[in-house]
Amino acid sequence: MLLSIFIDVVKVIVVFAGFMIMIAYTTWFERRMVAFIQSRLGPNRVGPAGLLQPIADAFKLLFKEPFLPEKSNKVLFSLAPMIAFIPPILAVAVVPIGDTITIAGRKVELLISDLNIGILYVFALGSIGVYGLVLAGWSSNSKYSLLGGLRSSAQMISYEIGLGLSVVGLLMIAQTFSIAEIVRQQSGSVLNWYFFKQPVAFFLFFICAMAESNRLPFDLPEAESELVAGYHTEYPGMRFALFFLGEYAHMITVSMVTASLFFGGWSGPFLPPIVWFLIKVVAFLFIYVWVRGTLPRFRYDQLMRFGWLVIFPLTLVNILVTGLVMVL
Amino acid sequence: MFETLFPIFVLAFFAVLTVLIMFYLPEILGPKTKSKRKYSPYECGLIPQTDARERIPIKFYLIAIAFVVFDLEVVFLYPWAIIYKDLGLFGLFEMGLFILILLLGFFYIVGKGVLKWE
Amino acid sequence: MANVIFYILAVIALTSALMVVTRKNAVTSAVYLIVTMCAIAGLFVQLGAVFIAALQIIIYAGAIMVLFLFVIMLLNLRKDEFGFDTRVFQRLFAGLLGIVLLVQLIMVVSRLPVVAGQPVDTEMGRVAPLATKFFTQYLYPFEIISVLLLAAIIGAVVIAKKKMGK
Repeated sequence: MLLSIFIDVVKVIVVFAGFMIMIAYTTWFERRMVAFIQSRLGPNRVGPAGLLQPIADAFKLLFKEPFLPEKSNKVLFSLAPMIAFIPPILAVAVVPIGDTITIAGRKVELLISDLNIGILYVFALGSIGVYGLVLAGWSSNSKYSLLGGLRSSAQMISYEIGLGLSVVGLLMIAQTFSIAEIVRQQSGSVLNWYFFKQPVAFFLFFICAMAESNRLPFDLPEAESELVAGYHTEYPGMRFALFFLGEYAHMITVSMVTASLFFGGWSGPFLPPIVWFLIKVVAFLFIYVWVRGTLPRFRYDQLMRFGWLVIFPLTLVNILVTGLVMVL
Repeated sequence: MFETLFPIFVLAFFAVLTVLIMFYLPEILGPKTKSKRKYSPYECGLIPQTDARERIPIKFYLIAIAFVVFDLEVVFLYPWAIIYKDLGLFGLFEMGLFILILLLGFFYIVGKGVLKWE
Repeated sequence: MANVIFYILAVIALTSALMVVTRKNAVTSAVYLIVTMCAIAGLFVQLGAVFIAALQIIIYAGAIMVLFLFVIMLLNLRKDEFGFDTRVFQRLFAGLLGIVLLVQLIMVVSRLPVVAGQPVDTEMGRVAPLATKFFTQYLYPFEIISVLLLAAIIGAVVIAKKKMGK
């Protein structure tokens, strides 16, 4: 009992520390990559190749003055960034980072918790995440924030339906909600990857997940050119950074879940499972950055029309086709 | 049950702790200067004249209603998907009817222009 | 251990429910309602019904409360506009209805069989048995739900469009 608790705590600390480091370095990765795409150099002064930049940024933000804008709602204003930051971290708990290993005769699963409703747990946390933006927008007492918060919440709930529907086809084949189990079903051969059985579902899922994490081309909530910074216009220093890092945490979580659902998670030949897992996650992060560096932003009416009139019907067709193929 | 949930609580503990440190450490480290203008909401340099919390368009309410309805549909699809292999063609028909009725509502809101944002 | 967790969750649920009705700011009330929903989801988890708990969060805390928040922002109640309702008759009537509901609840709850300390049915937590029952035995209610949802969405559009004057 005591030993298993100890193992649990160690696992959590390792995953949590790894995740925080990944968040910090995804900011660096994105800045460098976007810079290369735009023929710039990006941050390269602090440390070799700019690798110490995230740490320097963290210290800078810690020494900024925190203040509350006047007429803002103090409690909700403080609560909002926390709600935006915590759910994506908690979602990592059900994603397996490697195969079951044996340490001193004990079988240790390399995931934090094998919850049998894995995917639903991730979606539940995602649906809580909306409040971070909506409350930030409302509590700031700023017009830009309110508009940004409203837009983002309407966008997020619209794409949440597409996100939920896109995995239904996969669930029909996998017959389980557990992400660990879904990864196990895909191990052995590349052809077992659900990407090959549900290609349409993958694209729909990834597009919706991109919209959920408010990334370009779906970054309407922030839309610098029209809304200053959207829902976090009024947030100073580290409090702004919580939203900012929350977005990166969301990106990493989405990459992990996508890799696990459609691309076999940790499974792969020769290299150790964790390495395969990280390669796949970084590949998706790169796609995120690549898309950001390439595509312009949607207009709001285009965005809503795309979500309801393109994504939503397509997900239903995907379910119908999957159902027909499975029966016939 | 406890064994599966305990690690999630530990993770939540670390996450909350980190967020609280990140949120409140600048209170100690950061400078504290007072100036009236700093606290006023940003409005591109103009002095805000009215309350920022204006009434929002009814469109958002309609989007939210549509979201609740179709989210319920999604939720019914989850358990259905899990046992679809056992239900077979019968399952496809029953869910097909369910979704068809809901799609009537979808076509209605599309026809009424709820999803137009011009 | 299980008892302690139950009481913690119950206290959270009840306190935040109390906060929902006592807070003057409607948005704060809504946030407390979200906390209540999450605490109830916690109670479901304790019963071993993780699937129901996830749905509780996705539907109630995630979807319906967003609708509530939108409606609150739509109305944009200011403090001076919604002090206490001064219409005496309505307040008395509301209080009366509340008492009736309380009596009904007490009657229903007191007739429930007391099964203290009974182990929780672990079948509940798994989705497949629940789903099989739902999509075979309870097929008719399931199909009726779609009609109900259809009515809800059409009703909402009709009311909203009337207000928009189109």
